[in-house]
Amino acid sequence: MAIDSKLAEDLKSQGVHVTSFESLINWGRSSSLWPLQFGLACCAIEMIAATMAKYDMARFGAEVFRPSPRQADLMIVAGTVTKKMAPQVVRLYNQMAEPKYVIAMGACAISGGPFKEGYNVLKGIDRFIPVDVVIPGCPPRPEALLEGLLTLRAKIAKEKLLGKHRARHADPDGTAAYPVPEFGAHDLEPTANRDIWNPPSVVREAEGGEA
Amino acid sequence: MSVDPEAILKRLQEALPGAAIVLRTNPSPSGQHSLLVAGANLIEICRFLRDTPDLAFDFLSNVTGVDWPDPAKADKAAVPAAGEGTPASEGFLEVLYHLYSISRRVGPLVLRARTQDRGDNAKIPSVVSVFRSAEFQEREIFDLYGVEFTGHPDLRRILMWDEYVDHPMRKDYVAPDDYEYEPTPHAAVLDQAQRHYPGTP
Amino acid sequence: MISDPATSHPAAVLEPGADDDQLLRVSLGPQHPSTHGVFRMNVVLDGETVVSLKPVFGYLHRNHEKIAEGTSYLGSMPYTDRLDYICPLSNNWAYAHAVEKLAGIEVPERAEYMRVIVAELTRLINHTAFAGFILGDMGAWGSALMYAFRERELILDLFEDLTGARMMANFMRFGGCRNDLPAGWAAKVGKLVDDYGPFLDEMEKFLVGNEILLARTRDVGALPKEVLVNGGITGPMLRAAGVNYDIRKVEPYGIYERFNFRIPLGETGDCYDRIMIRFLEMRESLKILRQALDQLPDGPFINPKAKLRNFKPPPGEAYARIEGPKGELGFHLISDGSTNPYRYRVRPPSFINLTLLEDMCLGLDLADVVIILGSVDIVLGEVDR
Repeated sequence: MAIDSKLAEDLKSQGVHVTSFESLINWGRSSSLWPLQFGLACCAIEMIAATMAKYDMARFGAEVFRPSPRQADLMIVAGTVTKKMAPQVVRLYNQMAEPKYVIAMGACAISGGPFKEGYNVLKGIDRFIPVDVVIPGCPPRPEALLEGLLTLRAKIAKEKLLGKHRARHADPDGTAAYPVPEFGAHDLEPTANRDIWNPPSVVREAEGGEA
Repeated sequence: MSVDPEAILKRLQEALPGAAIVLRTNPSPSGQHSLLVAGANLIEICRFLRDTPDLAFDFLSNVTGVDWPDPAKADKAAVPAAGEGTPASEGFLEVLYHLYSISRRVGPLVLRARTQDRGDNAKIPSVVSVFRSAEFQEREIFDLYGVEFTGHPDLRRILMWDEYVDHPMRKDYVAPDDYEYEPTPHAAVLDQAQRHYPGTP
Repeated sequence: MISDPATSHPAAVLEPGADDDQLLRVSLGPQHPSTHGVFRMNVVLDGETVVSLKPVFGYLHRNHEKIAEGTSYLGSMPYTDRLDYICPLSNNWAYAHAVEKLAGIEVPERAEYMRVIVAELTRLINHTAFAGFILGDMGAWGSALMYAFRERELILDLFEDLTGARMMANFMRFGGCRNDLPAGWAAKVGKLVDDYGPFLDEMEKFLVGNEILLARTRDVGALPKEVLVNGGITGPMLRAAGVNYDIRKVEPYGIYERFNFRIPLGETGDCYDRIMIRFLEMRESLKILRQALDQLPDGPFINPKAKLRNFKPPPGEAYARIEGPKGELGFHLISDGSTNPYRYRVRPPSFINLTLLEDMCLGLDLADVVIILGSVDIVLGEVDR
């Protein structure tokens, strides 16, 4: 911000708030995220528990779970994404309007989790859609989900709306829809979206210490 | 509470004289011996067991598919009865049925049926016309093992997508190689890691 | 008297694919607020009336059985938690029961009592959550769920004290349980049991005479007893139709024959009976819990000779089942003498209870389909495994 912080505080005590459009818009957006009602497996039960009276996600503004992706702006992928379900997840993501965010909740959504060896298990939803926040756990406690939500809110608060490093949704050339995988004879086609995910390239040193 | 498969075997042999049924003892402490039946007699045996008033096996609890690529293992896991012919030389697929009687409160009676081979002759008659509960379970065995249940009203894949061609629960199924980086690979994952990253220790 | 229960029920009225362009084909799910997970139903409607309903499974098929063939027996225990993820501890018991039957392992008395206490608490959380979810299906959105989860959280706190995890407890071992009861835990359970009765009274007061509930669930989804038995239906759905079959009484496992409890039975088997029977079952569970807590003896919590490392049961096979909150949960294990099972099969009650879904829904409205699916009480982790 281009204003002296002491001056800003002085004005605040007089009832005058000075902010920027960016902070204001980001504050509004992060304080009122509408999640998509999208529970896949066991993590969904902890997600429901997080919205109930004991852990109460409503106090963070994320209480309105919308059944339709057209009306939601946060997709909490809670549970194992199977290869059969993966095209539907990507379609739902494409149907959400910008700005949209994804939280990968639980080990299965991050990387396949305990079911990683499965022939029908997608090893992480970040293979097909971009993920903003990951919450490890199996299942993560409701408090962990709240922490993930707060992390996402902090991330949104730091988003830039103008300039070279602006957020994807503020960029008219940014992608909002990702290609939907097809069912192949043995696996999905493609197995991952190479534009957003590539397996890490690791160069292991052999015994002799060569790179 | 539990059934006596030998007594049931005698009843079946009296009622259906041409049927090929063999008692197979189960070496485990569970004592659940089974009756190995030929696929051709399966439907009439099930109908007899269900409709005879003093047997009244009206509830098919479970249908399991098993892949025996090595038939000698099948005979080790369930000891063959005395006098049975030589075991099959090539592998087969097997389907087990667990029958209970809800009205008489007894069970389980275990039936097994085997296919001829694991290729084109992997066929067993469907018991859906006798026990409706087999409907989805037989579809699942078709999907994951490739056993074709003749006479099933709607035999198509149930758990995997329709375009899928493999039968993943078979012992010789090889999953597509989709290796990712693992920090501490071991066992089967180590082989994959060494193929992708040759310097892996 | 039904001539042949396997085929006597009317099949779909119209073949889908017929060129009647007045029919509406709707795909309910896999992402839908009322499908209880990723379950899909391809419904063909004539106006609002269901003409055909084909369920589509597999959206949560996580290859549990294949993974278990590559894992040791004990290594599969955490995966059983994730089968029916609303009642994980019952699944643990079913699997431990099957392995104990396969290998002939005895369980000490205290461990048996602990298992019964934990299983009946699991039945309470399952039926409580069911009450919340079915009312959500009817349009009460989150209100009833708030009450249900308030009580569920109390029981989950007890599980966390006992096992270290709220949901995925991984508590049973072959020959007993993983650890003993913490100090004061039994007293806390006693207090919960005393306080649970008033909560059930409160919920029943909302539900029993509720005209919306009665209008939406009375005479909806009932089928004759013989058709249900032939269709493999078990659990509260079967008992709601009046069939007196509860594995805890018919083939008692553990120490259930020591407890004095009744089996509630319904009359018609419609959705109203299925909802109310679960409330009655919860009251019977409270009775069992009270008796188990009073009789709880001292002793080892696991068979001292139980071998957990490098566990190799003898070759053979076993099928064992328990009365889970959703129905008959069975495990069929084939062992070839090695550390990993040769065949590991889960008999899933939710999957088999869906066999007659189409029969129950034919001729009814689309809104009734949602209620009927809710009353079957499915969990996709178990349906798809």
